[in-house]
Amino acid sequence: MTSLLGDLTVAPPAPVRPRPSPAPPRPASPEPSAVPDTEPPADAPGLPPAPDAGPERSRSVIGSRVPRHEDDRLVRGQGKFVDDVDRPRQAHVRIVRSTVAHARLVAVDVAAARAVPGVVFVLTGADLIGLPPIPIRLPRGDEPPGCLQPVLAHDEVRYVGEPVAAVVAEDPYLAEDAAELVTVEYADLPVVVDASTAEPATGFDVSYGDAEAAFATARHVVEIDVSVGRHAAVPMEPRGLVADYDEATGVLEIWGATKVPVFNRNVIATMLDLPASRVHLHAMDAGGGFGARGEFYPEDLLIPWLARRLRRPVKWAEDRAENLVALNHSRQQRHRIAAAFAVDGTLLALRDHVVHDNGAYLRTHGLLVPELTVTMLPGPYRLPAYAARIDVVLTNKTPCGTYRAPGRYEGTFAREHLLDVAADRIGIDRAEVRRRNLLTPEELPHRRDLRALGTDVVLDAGDYPGLFATALARTRDWATEARQLRERGRTVGLGFAVFLEKSGLGPHETADVTVEQDGEVTVHSGGTSLGQGIETVLAQIAAQRLDIDDRAVHVINGDTNLQPFGVGSWASRSTVVGGSAVDLAATAVLERALQVAARVLGVPAEQVRLTGGCFSAIGEPGRRLSWGDVAGACAPGSPHLRPEDTPGLSARRVFAVDHMTYPYGVHVALVDVDRDTGHVEVLRYLVAYEVGRAINPTLVEGQLIGGVAQGLGGALYESFVYDQQGQPQATTFMDYLMPTAEEVPRRVDTLVTEDAPSPGNPLGVKGAGEGGITAVAAATANAVRDALGLTGDVGALPLSPHRVVALSR
Amino acid sequence: MKPAPFTYHRAHDVRGAVESLHELGEDAKLIAGGQSLVAMMNFRLARPSALIDVNRIDALRYLRRDGEGLRIGALTTHHTVESSGSTAALAGFGVLSHAARWIGHYPIRTRGTIGGSIAHADSTAEWCLLAVLLDAQIVVRGQVGERSVAAADFFHGFLTTALEPEEMIVEILFPRPAPHAALSEFAQRKGDFAIVAAAVDLDVEDGVCSAGRIALGGVDAVPIRVPEAESLLQGAPATAETFRAAADAAAAAVEPGSDAHGDADYRRGLARTLIERACAQAIAV
Repeated sequence: MTSLLGDLTVAPPAPVRPRPSPAPPRPASPEPSAVPDTEPPADAPGLPPAPDAGPERSRSVIGSRVPRHEDDRLVRGQGKFVDDVDRPRQAHVRIVRSTVAHARLVAVDVAAARAVPGVVFVLTGADLIGLPPIPIRLPRGDEPPGCLQPVLAHDEVRYVGEPVAAVVAEDPYLAEDAAELVTVEYADLPVVVDASTAEPATGFDVSYGDAEAAFATARHVVEIDVSVGRHAAVPMEPRGLVADYDEATGVLEIWGATKVPVFNRNVIATMLDLPASRVHLHAMDAGGGFGARGEFYPEDLLIPWLARRLRRPVKWAEDRAENLVALNHSRQQRHRIAAAFAVDGTLLALRDHVVHDNGAYLRTHGLLVPELTVTMLPGPYRLPAYAARIDVVLTNKTPCGTYRAPGRYEGTFAREHLLDVAADRIGIDRAEVRRRNLLTPEELPHRRDLRALGTDVVLDAGDYPGLFATALARTRDWATEARQLRERGRTVGLGFAVFLEKSGLGPHETADVTVEQDGEVTVHSGGTSLGQGIETVLAQIAAQRLDIDDRAVHVINGDTNLQPFGVGSWASRSTVVGGSAVDLAATAVLERALQVAARVLGVPAEQVRLTGGCFSAIGEPGRRLSWGDVAGACAPGSPHLRPEDTPGLSARRVFAVDHMTYPYGVHVALVDVDRDTGHVEVLRYLVAYEVGRAINPTLVEGQLIGGVAQGLGGALYESFVYDQQGQPQATTFMDYLMPTAEEVPRRVDTLVTEDAPSPGNPLGVKGAGEGGITAVAAATANAVRDALGLTGDVGALPLSPHRVVALSR
Repeated sequence: MKPAPFTYHRAHDVRGAVESLHELGEDAKLIAGGQSLVAMMNFRLARPSALIDVNRIDALRYLRRDGEGLRIGALTTHHTVESSGSTAALAGFGVLSHAARWIGHYPIRTRGTIGGSIAHADSTAEWCLLAVLLDAQIVVRGQVGERSVAAADFFHGFLTTALEPEEMIVEILFPRPAPHAALSEFAQRKGDFAIVAAAVDLDVEDGVCSAGRIALGGVDAVPIRVPEAESLLQGAPATAETFRAAADAAAAAVEPGSDAHGDADYRRGLARTLIERACAQAIAV
């Protein structure tokens, strides 16, 4: 390093170079510009300039379709999932789960199980008396008492699948054998299955304006009564945990946490009375999260508790039968929703009475899903008055939490279905009723007189009618196709839905960016890799700022030691909040590098330029310093490191945000209904989505297409049915029907626009994790309604064949 | 989802398999493709004390035609039947290779066997339905030798058959070609067990049905024939009107149960639709 630096001489003075600054958001243009589907050429129109773009800059990393960094290891089978983790001397856990929906626990007899050779330990609720229940991660403050789930049931069970005991054995087969020998005596209690006939545990109102007056005087009032079925995320990989407690160091290591590792670390530390700094959750690959996986569940305390108690590593791998009754369910709601219109179809008010079935307990999400349902329900429309009531009912079924687009999937379905029914009743075109009522760009930003997740609802940049018009223009051929197919006797329908998403929930995210002496860059982020490609996206953001190849950036997500301030990956926040933190940290690293490079080059910092990934002084392009050289100059022992300097080339920055950012989009579906069997085939599907700025268009499109595939489940296939005794009827993939490649349209069209960058973050980005699923139920149900020529609503989802046949009669 | 403990034994011929069944007692089970049994064991819905693996008995993998009809060895996979449609053995039995495509997914068809499916006796299984429709003989072997059971007598109830604990299915004999036969079924997703399945076998000459057989799965605990509907086919023109009348009669005659996939009325409607579709396909071939 010294020899290289020794060759450098002082550069002549040069004009001051502007400091790196965020890309200014571009104004919304009337014509949406779609993201090109091939890698754009340098300085491609339609992409914002890279923050550091100098004249010599060859390409923009942000906005380019770089291959996913995760895929190399994943397609080679080198990913590391929790079940890949094995520790010497590990024991295996099997959870004994309640077989009844509601009962007093009279006795739990574990003697026979304990006597089995190879059984290490059997834990029951009686061993954990005094341990608090699982806390709410996002409390509102008005949650009713007595609704939280204990780690192990000890006096009462409230749903089939609730953990009652845990058996630890030398291998997982033995553990399952012994678990069968645990006998539980239950005294039956009354079972509540149907939320619409039960007393709510709590509820709240959200309103503004004078809805009552609007309904009293409106020319048209249209009301429907629709339900969304109980379904769930069901990620491809079930949960799992490995915990290992080192008595010598007092460190508890845990593998298998995803989504919110730092929060989970803190809960474990509190409940086990350990210092949080001695609890280390490792970064893992995960086979899908979708909101459900990675929250704090009973097992997240049980497994570490057992490892600490037994002084040996403990492993638990959830099987699918458990997964379908243990992981959060979601979505089950009934909406009695009404709209008041003026004579010309202008929306005057909306009211909704929602009954939300939350299952047996309030888990970590507390009342989040009910809150999101009613606060996001007005969507992208100009709505003078709004009155919503949501009753939250606890039933004897698996507890519910968030699932990709929580509250919006349900609310968008209710609202958009209502608009179709209303348009038909009033006698105006279904598109026209939306056009008349969508907020226009001139009306944005638009503040709604309500709060969501503790933030004011301020709809930021956008052109809702513009995107709607583009989506309809893009699918004009489908309307023609539908007409032609109908003429040939087919039962075909076209449906669309406009939706508002939310993303980028704060309060903050932290990122560390470090340049190593070999020129490689490490990013430690608080997000987690759930399959969404966040490692690639964060690498692109850092690479853009540092003017290097994204392949030189290595992102480690969700390791609680490496990033102890992480907030996690949920609510479509990682690119927005985590990405902005990476951008800030990389900017700080760049500023530091410019200073140190100036020392090395012997010129004022203003005269140093970063071009093509190297630092040089203006006018002396031949003398170039690589990032590794500058990192070397920051290392202890370097003559350029001053006594007051922190050694190394690294920065930790936090990005804090008060407001969410609101992406929006349009879904269009073309369906073909078999009136005789009730089968609904989705022929064509389009998602148009405004993302502010696509860091990697391929990944945005992947999110949207995956969202559609998943959303068709709740629209047409998936339902956790219970009988009157509270016994789950869909306990295997034979009865819980998830869409497969055969059921998803061969091609899902995507139209990603970048016309309304978010003003709330330096990258201009909006989240992309949920917009693919938000309006699937709405667009699909509207298409089926169109196909069948219904005058009323479709009633309940999913639109399974027998329901479709009943509707078509 | 780990099976309860069991012992594993491998049979190399039918005699060995039957002897093992005798020695290991009535909780022992034969395993062929394992496409239903293994899943049931993992859920601990089935708890055989011993598994006797018959997959090495290659002598039971064949499709053979002789004077008595088409003989299919019990260990012949669904995929083998599916891909043998153009062979001489299957001349006049195209319905079998076509129907095999409805069975599960490709990986399932490459391991699952016709004998295993018949022994499992799911009432919506394609082979069970076709065996009843086409008056197949189920050839079984036990300690005392071989016997044949007519398909109509073989299926006793939900997953229950005439097979004795120490017997093994060795062959399915289809006694007569069925050039105008077809199977149609409906499942919500491709590859799932049918909610209702219908199979028809028509004797058609010069546009007239001299006779016809109709079998339904998913409307009772076992696959059933519907004589009330079959009688309407006899001597009637092979037209859509005839098929509709037969389908209506079948729908009226059956008494299906209800579950989460549909109530009795829905299943009756499916039976009607699927019979009509199967008839249309049967005369098209």
